Amino acid sequence: MSCIVTQTSTGLIVGSLLFLVATGLTLIFGVLGVINFAHGSLYMLGAYLALSAYRITDSYLLSALISGAGVGLFSLIFERFFMRRVYQAEVLLQLLVCYALILIMDDAVKIIWGAEFQSMGMPAAFQAPPLFIFDGIVPVFYVFMICAAAVIALVMWYVLTRTRIGKVVRAAAHNPTMTSVLGLNTTWIYAGVFAFGGALAGLAGALAAPVRSMSPGMGFSILIESFIVTVIGGMGSVSGALVGALLIGLVRSFGSIGFPLFVEGTMFLAMALILILKPSGLLGKEPRP
Amino acid sequence: MNASFKKDLLIGIVALILLAALPLLSPGRVTLDFVIRLAALGVFATSLNILVGYGGMVSFGHAMFFGGGAYTFGLLMQRTEVSIPVALLGAIVFCSLLALVIGMICVKLKEIYFSFLTLAFQMLIHSVIITWTSLTGGDQGLMGGIPRRPFWGGINVADPNTLYWFCVIIGVVSLLVMRYVLQSPFGYTLRMVRDNADRARFLGIDVWRIRLYAFILAGAFASIGGSLMALFVSGAYPEFSYWTMSGEAVFMIMMGGINVFLGPIIGAGLLNVFNDIITRTTEYHGLALGVIVLIFALGFKRGITDFVGQLFNTLTKKRVQS
Repeated sequence: MSCIVTQTSTGLIVGSLLFLVATGLTLIFGVLGVINFAHGSLYMLGAYLALSAYRITDSYLLSALISGAGVGLFSLIFERFFMRRVYQAEVLLQLLVCYALILIMDDAVKIIWGAEFQSMGMPAAFQAPPLFIFDGIVPVFYVFMICAAAVIALVMWYVLTRTRIGKVVRAAAHNPTMTSVLGLNTTWIYAGVFAFGGALAGLAGALAAPVRSMSPGMGFSILIESFIVTVIGGMGSVSGALVGALLIGLVRSFGSIGFPLFVEGTMFLAMALILILKPSGLLGKEPRP
Repeated sequence: MNASFKKDLLIGIVALILLAALPLLSPGRVTLDFVIRLAALGVFATSLNILVGYGGMVSFGHAMFFGGGAYTFGLLMQRTEVSIPVALLGAIVFCSLLALVIGMICVKLKEIYFSFLTLAFQMLIHSVIITWTSLTGGDQGLMGGIPRRPFWGGINVADPNTLYWFCVIIGVVSLLVMRYVLQSPFGYTLRMVRDNADRARFLGIDVWRIRLYAFILAGAFASIGGSLMALFVSGAYPEFSYWTMSGEAVFMIMMGGINVFLGPIIGAGLLNVFNDIITRTTEYHGLALGVIVLIFALGFKRGITDFVGQLFNTLTKKRVQS
């Protein structure tokens, strides 16, 4: 029983991180129609920013907010100056711009923070004795991470389905030409969605900082996993990203007890099966015309 | 064999003669090594262009076949007593089968999905190589050197000049075969599928099958590039199948131009030169390469051969007018 609780909590925090990264990826794809291959780099930037902010401010919550906002701002700049130019271009050019950004970011991190592994350590505020749930040990920070991801998911659900902003974003995803004819500035909707997706990835990085070690290039594996999550859940669907992320998180944490390679194989097998049986994903809508 | 292929064959022979004269003009290892690298990377980039330029499928995971070929070739040479041509054939067969399995899942997807899915599969192959230490040597790569056994009586690639010859001939022959296939009815069907898949479907063409064949073909030729590289560096490393290798391949064909058959070769040569300069001048390889990529992708937006073609067009038009 204790083993199940421990593995479930690990699975849930992996799922939370994956959800935050994958949901940005899926939102950007749903609204802008491009896949941001550099999304993992934003996650990496978030983790490193949180590290520096924590060393300066000594407050974890503040540093997480700073890192989310900082990565959001960075994404906005990236979108305005680079990504925007290739929306209409061939996939080849979109790919190359993201490839260039990943290369530059990895080296920039090396220059600023160094090439060796770094870790933040558990923030003082969370250095409390772990909780015991059915004899299973659950660190306090895990609970915080899961709650943070759940709150973000709820807020996103509310904003996207119940507010005017959500309506505008969904309209832009559905029919950008009509939306701009109606007097809404799609350019800024695009920029806003991109920045918001980036900020989520940054927050995910900040949440991962205390529990994972950081190194340049750390964003790439989470990029691949989030992609698998979005394929399983359905590209463009936020609820699909949630389901997919929890699924992959749990599979990973329970499978990694004995067979790490087997786990990776299972993830890909699940993705291949979904692509063959239901290419639009578990909760995905039919692809846009 | 039609007239246009005879012309290509002639160009191939001329290229071989020029490459044969090269060691006389410029003695020393540097030039020869450059050409061997160019042969390996050029075949690799051209094979990717079968997908991107001719098939309209932008694969971001093509290095899985480069790495797969390099490892299969290296392992066959190290663990068995087969000769180099047999090991090369083994690499081709293995990568064709790999491409068959992965292609069956990938090729029916829309373009950006296809890019990401090939990338994901490549990372799976990469992590298999990293994890399966007993077979592949893990992140150290295939150590111990790849034996350069003489074959067919007296061909001894342990001699640098023979190695040069071997790589050059394999490279030129591979390019000729690819050219032949792309100029065949299959090649034109592939172009039609790229331009208008619906129309091809109305004409009774099995689009999925054509794309799958192209994917397998590209995988097979990428494995030849990988094998040549493994033979040259006498080893195989996980980086061969890492995503940066795919990124470099995509950049090579973009830089050279995807609309001309020899564009990728020019791109491969340029990237080779860039990489040499970058490695010599700075330790921040990614930063420098990233900036160059951005200049090409956002500044020029086209490959070098496209510029040359455009220039040629305007010049001939002017001549017609005057």
